Amino acid sequence: MKILTGNDLRTGAVIWWTGEGWSLHVEDATDVGDRGEAILTEETGARRVNGGVVIDGSMTPEGPRPAHIKDRIRALGPTVRPDLTLKPADPNAGSWVI
Amino acid sequence: MDNLLRFRDDEAHDEPAVSIDAFLGQSNATSVRIEAGEDARQLIPFLDRLALVEIDFPRFRDGRGYSSARILREAGYKGEIRASGDVLVDQMLFMRRCGFDSFAPAAPIDEAALEAALARFDYVYQNAADDAVPVWKLRHG
Amino acid sequence: MYRYDQYDQAIVDARVEEFREQTARRIAGAMNDDQFKPLRLKNGLYLQLHAYMLRVAIPYGTLDGRQMRKLADIARRYDRGYGHFTTRQNLQYNWIKLEEAPDILAELATVEMHAIQTSGESIRNLSADQYAGAAADEICDPRPWAELLRQATTFHPEFSYLPRKFKIAVIAAQEDRAALRWHDFALRIVKNDVGEQGFEVYAGGGMGRTPIIAYQIREFLPFAQIFSYLQAVLRVWNTHARRDNIHKQRMKILVHELGEEEFRRQVEEGFQHFLTLQTDFPQAEYDRIAAYFAPPPFETGPSAEIDRSDPEFALWVDRQTVAHKAPGYAIVNISLKPITGIPGDISAEQMDIVADLAERYSFDEIRATHAQNLVLPHVRKADLHALWQVLDAAGLASVNLDLVTDIIACPGLDYCSLANARSIPLAQKIAARFADMDRQLELGELKIKISGCINACGHHHAGHIGILGVDRKGTENYQLLLGGSGAEDTSQAKITGPGFDEDGVVDALEKATNVYLRERQPGERFLDTYRRVGMDPFKEAIYG
Repeated sequence: MKILTGNDLRTGAVIWWTGEGWSLHVEDATDVGDRGEAILTEETGARRVNGGVVIDGSMTPEGPRPAHIKDRIRALGPTVRPDLTLKPADPNAGSWVI
Repeated sequence: MDNLLRFRDDEAHDEPAVSIDAFLGQSNATSVRIEAGEDARQLIPFLDRLALVEIDFPRFRDGRGYSSARILREAGYKGEIRASGDVLVDQMLFMRRCGFDSFAPAAPIDEAALEAALARFDYVYQNAADDAVPVWKLRHG
Repeated sequence: MYRYDQYDQAIVDARVEEFREQTARRIAGAMNDDQFKPLRLKNGLYLQLHAYMLRVAIPYGTLDGRQMRKLADIARRYDRGYGHFTTRQNLQYNWIKLEEAPDILAELATVEMHAIQTSGESIRNLSADQYAGAAADEICDPRPWAELLRQATTFHPEFSYLPRKFKIAVIAAQEDRAALRWHDFALRIVKNDVGEQGFEVYAGGGMGRTPIIAYQIREFLPFAQIFSYLQAVLRVWNTHARRDNIHKQRMKILVHELGEEEFRRQVEEGFQHFLTLQTDFPQAEYDRIAAYFAPPPFETGPSAEIDRSDPEFALWVDRQTVAHKAPGYAIVNISLKPITGIPGDISAEQMDIVADLAERYSFDEIRATHAQNLVLPHVRKADLHALWQVLDAAGLASVNLDLVTDIIACPGLDYCSLANARSIPLAQKIAARFADMDRQLELGELKIKISGCINACGHHHAGHIGILGVDRKGTENYQLLLGGSGAEDTSQAKITGPGFDEDGVVDALEKATNVYLRERQPGERFLDTYRRVGMDPFKEAIYG
């Protein structure tokens, strides 16, 4: 699948395209097929996203997962600071990242 | 030249600028255009014949033109130095300090933003091609 | 240390308002990110993996307690309670919001700090010897020159859109603690034949994908002509460097392509020209700045005795303190490399504690080092025990200066959008493997430096043992290098051979240390043994 991601212009937060808007959670990402660049052009123009990019991913039972390690780390947070990730209470939250 | 901005009192010089090669080759032109990467020092022997030197910025991040302008001013050139091409408001203060006194930006400049940008800093740390007094001189008289 | 006058303050304040207005225009859509990016980078603001990152300048690595406390305050209010000291003596915050960045810069300005030119294709924040003003082996304090050059290079109108970044270092001692010759432009204060002080000048160094050690471009430059000379160097580079390939635009590439002689010739020609322009700062300005760096009022004759009855304290004293030029005083190194920690990271609480200690025991001075540690430069020996107790309680009393666990590591793929592999977990694994104190002391001075990509922020080219993280078909892979140095015996590390996974590189590194223990002669450091026996025995042990 193709996933659209970037950073929120104002806050810098990592965001994922849900089909209707942006989410902080990669689990909400949708397969953009070949529409990624078109969505990106519009969303960049509307200044809702910065540094947007279309990446490869795959659908798993837990939801969409980026293919590349860099995007997986982006999706959760730094592997060396589990307390600062999106799921600080879940010790196994990063099991799929590396 | 819809976007031409000038910081000079004299009339705009309207003779089309020729390339450095053309100028050095035939040379009764009074306007020359320096492309990024060309050596401004080639013009130094002829400065008294020039009324306008246009310095091109292919991309605003290409800083070669700043040196070109200063080299001409340091050699005593008093004519117009015009920045053309990808000239943006946020670079124009330093361009002014390097001796540019006219601008032909590819896209129009917001005049309020320009006025704010040029008036932003009351003090500078170093001498340049403008008449701003560096703070070391203010400190020591 | 230096204090702003009305002019410095007005310039920094105006810069904050300029960036506030630029940020507003970006958010309002009056400029796109291509146009905004160079502006935010010149204010230290990157877009990284998880958020914006702000790199705060700590000019020549010197700060005071009030400034450190402000850094803590910002960490709490605008970030997530910590900061990261970098290999260029700066501090980075990892979780910054663009819309709050102007407010943070305004906060910094209240304590005479800024983030000006900490990134982008500009003249970067200068680095210097972290022991400046305290070292027993220095000719003079190099910081007045560093401050003078900070001013001279701040918002230089001709040299603010350079081909690439430009890094300057200044030292005044024989021992090089600032990785001098890995800089684009480097100054060592020396005395000439007739006893006058001036600069020995190096140019064209740098790490990155094409590591080059700076060459000596001038044996002796009179102090008063430094700005003319620097501008001549910058103009040669600015006018002649390529602009078509970002990997070939650093000054080191131009020096390499022109050749040292031709580069020197062009610089000398430009130098003579700049001298006629009279842009050099006058002696009075140097004197004004130097007065701020007058030695603090050291007591005469404080006790040089140290009560060594507590063995843990004695161990710390032996490793973490260094000879001071004033009798009865010591230079204290605070390790930011606890065994399970993140190299260079410091919590807001720890920042406050270091600020308190600096005020109480070190004439209110703190230094950041390029090895990502901190220094309290002027501590009475009689106060060391009390100081150590506070550090120990705060988790800041690790004993490992220049030892195998004092690892330099860039943020790597945990934080950095340029990285190919993680650096921090690898540093932690190596530190855990070698955690035993006796083993660390047995191995002696051993500088390990880890970069998560070829840009070399972790100085792997200069590591006695360097590690470079690469992306090998989507997985992290690590190359091992041996024999580098960032000290006065500067050398470039050489790659051992094929790379390893994370555990594999820790094993390989351990094998290299075993070769050292087997081959070393009395008094030799790891680096000395490597230089004497060469790569082969190490290769054989690692790959054989």
